[in-house]
Amino acid sequence: MLYKRRWPLLIFLVPGLLFMFIFLYVPFIENIKNSFYDMTAIVEMPGTKWKFIGLRNYRKLITDPDVGTALFNSLKMMVLTILFEVGIAFILAVLVSQVKKLQQLFRTLYFFPVVISATALGLLFKLFYNYNGGMLNQILEYFGKEPVNWLSTELAFTMICIPTLWSYIGFYFVILLTGLSDISDDLYEAAAIDGCNRFKQVFYITLPMMKPVFFTSVTLAVTGALKVFDLPWVMVPNGAPQGVTHFLGTYMYQTTFSLSNFDYGSTLAILIVVLGIVVSRMMRFLTKDRKGGE
Amino acid sequence: MRLINGNGKDKKRKKHKISTIVIYVILTLWALTTLFPFLWVILNSFKESSEVLTSSFSLPQNFSWNNYNNAFHRLNVLNAYKNSFLISGSVTLGVMALSACMSFALSRYRFKGKSVIHGLIVASLMFPVFSTIIPVFRMIVAWGLLNKNIAVILPQTAGNLSFATIVMLGFMESIPVEMEEAAYMEGANVFQVFTRMIIPLCKPSLSTVAIFSFLWSYNDLFVQKIMIRDNTKFPVSTLLEEISSQYGTDFGLMAASVTIIMIPVILVYIFLQKNIIRGLTAGAIKG
Repeated sequence: MLYKRRWPLLIFLVPGLLFMFIFLYVPFIENIKNSFYDMTAIVEMPGTKWKFIGLRNYRKLITDPDVGTALFNSLKMMVLTILFEVGIAFILAVLVSQVKKLQQLFRTLYFFPVVISATALGLLFKLFYNYNGGMLNQILEYFGKEPVNWLSTELAFTMICIPTLWSYIGFYFVILLTGLSDISDDLYEAAAIDGCNRFKQVFYITLPMMKPVFFTSVTLAVTGALKVFDLPWVMVPNGAPQGVTHFLGTYMYQTTFSLSNFDYGSTLAILIVVLGIVVSRMMRFLTKDRKGGE
Repeated sequence: MRLINGNGKDKKRKKHKISTIVIYVILTLWALTTLFPFLWVILNSFKESSEVLTSSFSLPQNFSWNNYNNAFHRLNVLNAYKNSFLISGSVTLGVMALSACMSFALSRYRFKGKSVIHGLIVASLMFPVFSTIIPVFRMIVAWGLLNKNIAVILPQTAGNLSFATIVMLGFMESIPVEMEEAAYMEGANVFQVFTRMIIPLCKPSLSTVAIFSFLWSYNDLFVQKIMIRDNTKFPVSTLLEEISSQYGTDFGLMAASVTIIMIPVILVYIFLQKNIIRGLTAGAIKG
């Protein structure tokens, strides 16, 4: 260690650490504790003491049909992010790596929706989906078809998934493209000499070499799916219609901040954390398992 | 381009050409999907609402700034910008300063409990904002900070801090200690070494941290919504949401509002796209 005096260490370390303790670690623990209490008001006052209620919130969690919907939607979203976000991103990345010109331009354009706020994107797509004169219905009308209620009970979930997935494809595209460019050209040349066509090259070289990058992308996509909030909230607040479009995040927000059920909201937050941990562990387990098999 | 084969060169080349064209077509089509919605909304922001409802694809009949006038007069957009820039600017500076200091301590000092702290920082990456927001909200209410910018700044700074520290730490550990050694031996103290050597050397990773902190903060709706309930104090995301619930049927105004919120980000993206792309994908690519 270079620096002999130790006290400056405290000056460097303590402010940040203190900050994280006050706004991350302590609240995290407090949140767990809160889920076992009946929080009559957000701030405890004399006369409104919180009552210990044990596992009541957890029992409610299991039987609550809305949790079922939200959980199912969030899980569906996870699968969709893997298939469509990472999947389309991979196809685009492979294609872009095959061409010489305009690579930079494609990168710039594909990544663009990532930097735009989900709130703005949500409202933009709301204009597309509007029943009276929304963009999609204008197209239908032009072809002489009846207008469609795009945010109806049957369609709403799909229509929310489209912008949510679309907006982040560029993110995984960049990650995967970087991974692709790290694979040495010699490998492809050797394969080409051995008579391997481009399709086979993707299967036998690209996919195996990209495994770690895929693992990162899939883990990010799946945990990202759990954090979805802004976009569905703007387009279909409170899981409209009839709560069918609730995700765990939006349901947690509604429970906590629209309905002021703080303790049950805390329990929902714990469900999100546990699910995140389980899913990322599962991803790690799956990739490790394959490595062992080789 | 990768296929170099002796036999049937011409045939191969022709086939190759066609496949290249197909690839370009597919790539261009996707580029259109990412570009079209934004062009559409900007185009329609210059039309009267009735025109948006009937012919949203054509150019505006009479190009008008009416919607923008409305937005700026009726909705106090400037104030929302001010709030958002104050919030996101503070978050960015706070995250940069705290993460730089913490990663300096973690990369240059050996001390008891270092691995525990490192573990805690990594673990906190698994805390989604949902899991801490209710107790933080309780504190903010108890401290009487609700509806103040600081109520958004504090949790957002904490939320970006662990990731920023990990990015900074990775970079600082790669800086060789020899240079500092020389400066230190010649009598500079730790703080001089830190501010005059380490910080300038860390510029690339500091800019990464600045970019993702700023964008995450500027674009975030969740924390803004919880902490700022007074509509005269709204930052941009909450203001936009409010506009949609109040004036949702005024399509022209909506299009203009969406454009207004996007403009600063679009401008910055045009000039700094390479840095932004690197900044936002930093953790994934390095980690």
